[in-house]
Amino acid sequence: MKNKKLKINSNNLLLIITVVLFVLMYIGGCVVYADKGFTRLQTFLFILIDNAGLICLASGMTCVMLTGGIDISVGSVVAMDCMIIAVGIERWGWGSPALMLLVLVVGLVFGLVQGWLIAYLKIQPFIVTMAGMFFARGMTAVICTEQVSITSDPFFTKLSGFKIEMPFGIGAYVNKKGIPQIPYVRVSVIVALLVVLAVFLMLRYTRFGRSIYAVGGNQQSATLMGLDVKKVTLKAYVLSSFLASIGGICYCLNTMSGTTTQATGLEMSAISSAVIGGTLLTGGVGNVAGSLFGVLINGTISKLVQTHGQLIGAWANIVTAVLLCFFIVLQAVFVKVKERKKA
Amino acid sequence: MGKLKDITKKRLFLPIFSMILVILINVVYDIASGNPPFSFFSITIRPITGGSSVLFGRLIDILNRGSEVAILAIGMTLVVSSSAGTDISVGSVMSLSGGLCCMLLAGYGVTNVSEYASPLWVGLLAGVGIACVCGLFNGFLVAYLNIQPMVATLILWSAGRAIGLLLCNSQIVYVRVPSFQIFGSYVGIIPTPIIIAAVCILIASLVLRFTALGTFIQGVGINKKAARISGFNSSKIILLTYVICGLCAGIAGLVATSRIYSADTNNIGLNMELDAILAVALGGNSLGGGKFNLAGSIIGAYTIQSVTTTLYALGVSSAQAPVFKAIVVILIVVIQAEPVKEYFKKMSAKKLAAKEARS
Repeated sequence: MKNKKLKINSNNLLLIITVVLFVLMYIGGCVVYADKGFTRLQTFLFILIDNAGLICLASGMTCVMLTGGIDISVGSVVAMDCMIIAVGIERWGWGSPALMLLVLVVGLVFGLVQGWLIAYLKIQPFIVTMAGMFFARGMTAVICTEQVSITSDPFFTKLSGFKIEMPFGIGAYVNKKGIPQIPYVRVSVIVALLVVLAVFLMLRYTRFGRSIYAVGGNQQSATLMGLDVKKVTLKAYVLSSFLASIGGICYCLNTMSGTTTQATGLEMSAISSAVIGGTLLTGGVGNVAGSLFGVLINGTISKLVQTHGQLIGAWANIVTAVLLCFFIVLQAVFVKVKERKKA
Repeated sequence: MGKLKDITKKRLFLPIFSMILVILINVVYDIASGNPPFSFFSITIRPITGGSSVLFGRLIDILNRGSEVAILAIGMTLVVSSSAGTDISVGSVMSLSGGLCCMLLAGYGVTNVSEYASPLWVGLLAGVGIACVCGLFNGFLVAYLNIQPMVATLILWSAGRAIGLLLCNSQIVYVRVPSFQIFGSYVGIIPTPIIIAAVCILIASLVLRFTALGTFIQGVGINKKAARISGFNSSKIILLTYVICGLCAGIAGLVATSRIYSADTNNIGLNMELDAILAVALGGNSLGGGKFNLAGSIIGAYTIQSVTTTLYALGVSSAQAPVFKAIVVILIVVIQAEPVKEYFKKMSAKKLAAKEARS
């Protein structure tokens, strides 16, 4: 009983450290870049808008990582989705609602195949999803090798440009031209936050969610408890690809175009967000709320580098890597302390 | 029938089989397009710009272009064997080592030189050295802090390329000096990368054959605790495999840099880690660690390159090639999968039973 209590504490501690770090970093940014508008609510909302797709991806990645697996295909799936939507609108003349539906179905099928290979044929997740990554990236080029911009679908353009303004004018400010502005978010942010909420509730309260933790914690004891480990694993990968497709739509709403090189390395951002948020790659430990803060930390770092203006983009990668290193070592220390207490 | 089974049971069967399959596709394609059936194997000596004559042919091209992956596959095999995980930072480390080397040779902030700013050996040594340091860092995290290899190497996956970009000031640094270009071009009539890869493979196989290192690595990979109890320093051995992997990445990075005589930090070694891991898996090695087969990995590396070269020969664009690569990978790993093997075993047992019932 004592052990269990300790475990919960140390897990929460990781999440708390993540949140505290985010807040400190953001306050630091506000102090240093106050004159560049970092204190405005809108800046924070921009971070959310820029990373809406990544938030969906990280939520799905968290579920897969909780089962002890990994899904590195998600970035390429996003690229494929964007290309399908872009080419569908511009070349095939489809309506955007039908295309969004198509993209979601593609995501489901993609996840089903990957999950089946992993769960039922027992092939290593890394290899399967790596093949999935190649496949999706290649398919993007098969669909179209050029950059396609979305211009001719009024519904999609409207959806992309739709501003949801803060109620009661919270955080209103006056811009350089002296025009009062009300902070806003885009539709993609609402979708992303709903995804996080749904995954959070699912992981905490549904049978499937609890099974994911059980499978990741110990496959053998999960089997002995009567859980269908294969089915749970399959579902986790389907969920990941499905959420990647939702993320793809959000991403597409931001970029309004499809290119073959879009969203390269996004899967690694999703993984690092989840790790920073306290999810262990060995499975069984983690929380989707942590992943959300992981994404926010990543987003804040890029925003800080961007606001500075003089630094090259590589600095964002280096700072993220240093943070990642810090969190990984911290997790390792926690595990060691836990083992010593047990012994 | 019995003999066939014996052959398929050999560990090298799968990599060699897939290699032969790829070559067969080439031969069939050549016949179909009206070329002589064995033009795939034809090697000719043709002059290139600059006056000298060099070897030409698709086979040479595969060996040449596959050098980097083959070199990486050596290190990756050992890492996978000892730590049951993969080193995903090798591509970034390649880029970093190339970037540092070119930065030293050209001087910081200079983008185009035709004379060395510092001697060639300094650049090469620094490039290989920084890669070894990266290996040391990865190895320390994995061996002494017990961090999962993929997570530990994720750090340098992200930072390696970025540091390389910083060193090169976000620019492509050209070093237009013949003695630097030689590592990516030709010595006599033979492409240098082939020689470098061959030397690396030779050294690795000699060391594994004449020392107990291979046994130690496999012992640690099969059971880390048991290996420690029997007197190996498990952590040190794992650390060593990561340093070797870093060294391989450094050499591969210098070859890749010399090939284009410039440090294109954004693109050198991009996705190369995936090819290297693939080579290990294609070679019939389990990614779960333990026993390894270096020859298999090397053959796997060249198989990947032959697939790529074949696809280009068939007229598939470089952006679309990954689709076919993915299908090949999935087919190969599905054949290897345990449940599939069991299914075939059951099928053949049923056939046998039916035969006996009839007779």
